Amino acid sequence: MTVTDFLRLDLPALLAAILACGSCGLLGSFLLLRRDSLLGDALSHAVLPGIIAGFAITGARAGLPMLLGALAAALLAVFLIGLVRRVARLESGAATGAVFTSFFALGLMLMEATGARSVDLDLDCVLFGQLESVVWLEAQGFGSLLDPVALAALPRQLFLLAAVAVVLAGLVALLWRPLHLLCFDPDYAAAIGLPARGLELALNLMVAAAAVAAFEAVGSILVVAMLVCPAAAIRLLTDSYRAQVLGGAALGAALGALGYALAGPLPAAFGQSFSLNAAGVIGTLGGVTVAGAMLLRQLRNASPKPAIISG
Amino acid sequence: MSLGYNTLVVLAGCALLGLACGTVGAFALLRGRALMADAVGHAALPGVVLAAMIVATLGGNPRALPPLLAGALVAGVLGVLAVQALTRGGRIREDAAIAIVLSSFYALGVALLSHVQTMPQAAQAGLGKFILGQAAAMRAEDALWAGGIAAFCVLICLLLFQRLRAACFDPDYARVMGLSVARTDLALLGLIVIVAVAGLQAVGLVLVVALLILPAATARLLTHRLPVLLLVSALLGALAGALGAAASAFEPEWPTGAAVVLAGAIFFTLALLLAPERGLLPEAWRRAHRRIAATESHFLRAAWEAQEAAGAGPGTAGDRWTPIAALAAARGWTEAYASRLALWLALRGLVARADREIHLTPRGAAAARRAVRAHRAVELHLLGLGATDIAGADRLADLVEHGLPADMATRLLAEPSSLPASPHALGSGAFSSQADTLGDSENATTQNSNAFSSQADTLGGSENATRQNFSVRPLRGREADRD
Repeated sequence: MTVTDFLRLDLPALLAAILACGSCGLLGSFLLLRRDSLLGDALSHAVLPGIIAGFAITGARAGLPMLLGALAAALLAVFLIGLVRRVARLESGAATGAVFTSFFALGLMLMEATGARSVDLDLDCVLFGQLESVVWLEAQGFGSLLDPVALAALPRQLFLLAAVAVVLAGLVALLWRPLHLLCFDPDYAAAIGLPARGLELALNLMVAAAAVAAFEAVGSILVVAMLVCPAAAIRLLTDSYRAQVLGGAALGAALGALGYALAGPLPAAFGQSFSLNAAGVIGTLGGVTVAGAMLLRQLRNASPKPAIISG
Repeated sequence: MSLGYNTLVVLAGCALLGLACGTVGAFALLRGRALMADAVGHAALPGVVLAAMIVATLGGNPRALPPLLAGALVAGVLGVLAVQALTRGGRIREDAAIAIVLSSFYALGVALLSHVQTMPQAAQAGLGKFILGQAAAMRAEDALWAGGIAAFCVLICLLLFQRLRAACFDPDYARVMGLSVARTDLALLGLIVIVAVAGLQAVGLVLVVALLILPAATARLLTHRLPVLLLVSALLGALAGALGAAASAFEPEWPTGAAVVLAGAIFFTLALLLAPERGLLPEAWRRAHRRIAATESHFLRAAWEAQEAAGAGPGTAGDRWTPIAALAAARGWTEAYASRLALWLALRGLVARADREIHLTPRGAAAARRAVRAHRAVELHLLGLGATDIAGADRLADLVEHGLPADMATRLLAEPSSLPASPHALGSGAFSSQADTLGDSENATTQNSNAFSSQADTLGGSENATRQNFSVRPLRGREADRD
């Protein structure tokens, strides 16, 4: 495998995997701590009709209208989940399930009705994720990394993912303490005058943005996996907020890189010919990681704890 | 496409699957377990793919349904066990566990699927239909299977009806009665796994959970009674299944699962909007109706009391026309608003209108008398209980007088046959600062806070307490709308 091959085929996909999984891992901790993990599941499905509508209205596979459409769909879904909960008196899980499946079904139908499927949006991308299709054909060698013309030809998804990742990291840094309060003591947060509802909305929008950016490259199901698995694994091992959030992001990014490498490049490097769907491997690794964390926790609990001396 | 034999088979199969999902879904929803079907559905994918790989390796037909469904069943059970193992520590809640299991099992299935596609025996053929459902691929024996599963699930639900009901509504009672809730839950989980796996080929694993939730949630909006709920849920599930299958029979490009779920979603939306008791529109209608009725009776009472203040009663010799402006001033309404109300009441035949003045018709006078009587009954009752704040009593009576049963005023009044005199002065000058009433309370909240601060100042019992102390919180406005 040459340097050019790596730059053309593997680097963009690897970066996309790291960025998408890192962003989702970062937000996953907040969802998990707020006992809202299913919201990731719901939003990653519910954005589909918004994406299709954004595509159908503008008629182009441009990033911004699809992103806006998806955010609108996510907001609508969150609003409807609350409404269904209240009016139909369902517990939040059932209300979430009722709304997001309806949205997803609507998205599938719209996909057929608008002809989006045959033209541009591949259903397989949504269902399975197609990291392998994120390629950088202009790369000629390491020199291309410094060549503005070649860099401009980097895949579109990568720019969107990077932009969303930067924005999300900035927002989390900015809202570090309010989010901390919102996760651990929402009543106290409301009592001291934090705009709890605004924060919840911001969090939901952040999750929706991450889901949309990751949608095409890594598929909706990997979004779900990365929103919950790294956070849950870290949760089993630490009680520290900082370790939880940062560790979730780091573990997500690491899983993305490792999973991508295991799916194709590593076996190829050792002369094996098979290659697997990278999104599938990353998601599987997520589940394995949670199982591993569970074992680790049990081992740690089984060994006698050192006496805690407080001073 | 005509309604040929194949279409009928598919329709029947989907309807039967919908029936089973609706029945089991009702109990799953009531027990808070509906999302388990999501985990089971997604977890089935690696089972299906592995089963196809094994069958293909053994030289069998990888399209044969029974081995694939067996694989799905095994994987689904593993998924349920994984959820239970994850939640055991208490550190990971069930919703997170479901998300972990469904995403990682599904991801494993996707990875395996991409491997199968490179295998030579074309084992992947037909596996795609499990993801979004493809009812058109159903054959007669598949429909028979679906019918058998539906019959089995309905039978189990009927046999276990008492236990399931106890577990759903009153687990403590079930325990006291010696019914094991844990075992009932296990049976319910088993049923969920069975219907979720059976629904895969019709609805697909991504959306199968909707077939359990949507009919049951719709039924729940329509009825309180469990047997009715079960029946409605089962029928709606069957209807959604049949409609979805029909839609995708006429438009083969439409994924069946999406069509079925959309049909269920449309039923649910209709119920959400129109359900007689809980629906949004009937609720809004009732609320608007209450508001209009309260405002109407305030207007009529003001008209009556304006006559009284002038020393004449409706129907007496001194009966005269009242300027709308006077009524508006008495209630704190704008004159334009009072004129609109007068127009509305004139349309209902309760007042006569002429040149910015109104006059109660006989029907209007009777209604006004009832309103005045109810108001004074409450007012006098409050004062009789020892309330010293006449303005507050007036205001509280404004709030409560509308919901009174017909004979309540009679029971509250000492002299049931007569109309008592008002305990306070009538007319616009009676309580000059009482601008707000039940009828229009755009500024109720701000007024309320003013009232509270003035109350704090006057709690010591100062002279002007009666004039300022409106200590009654308005029930309308933002607080009440939340209920």
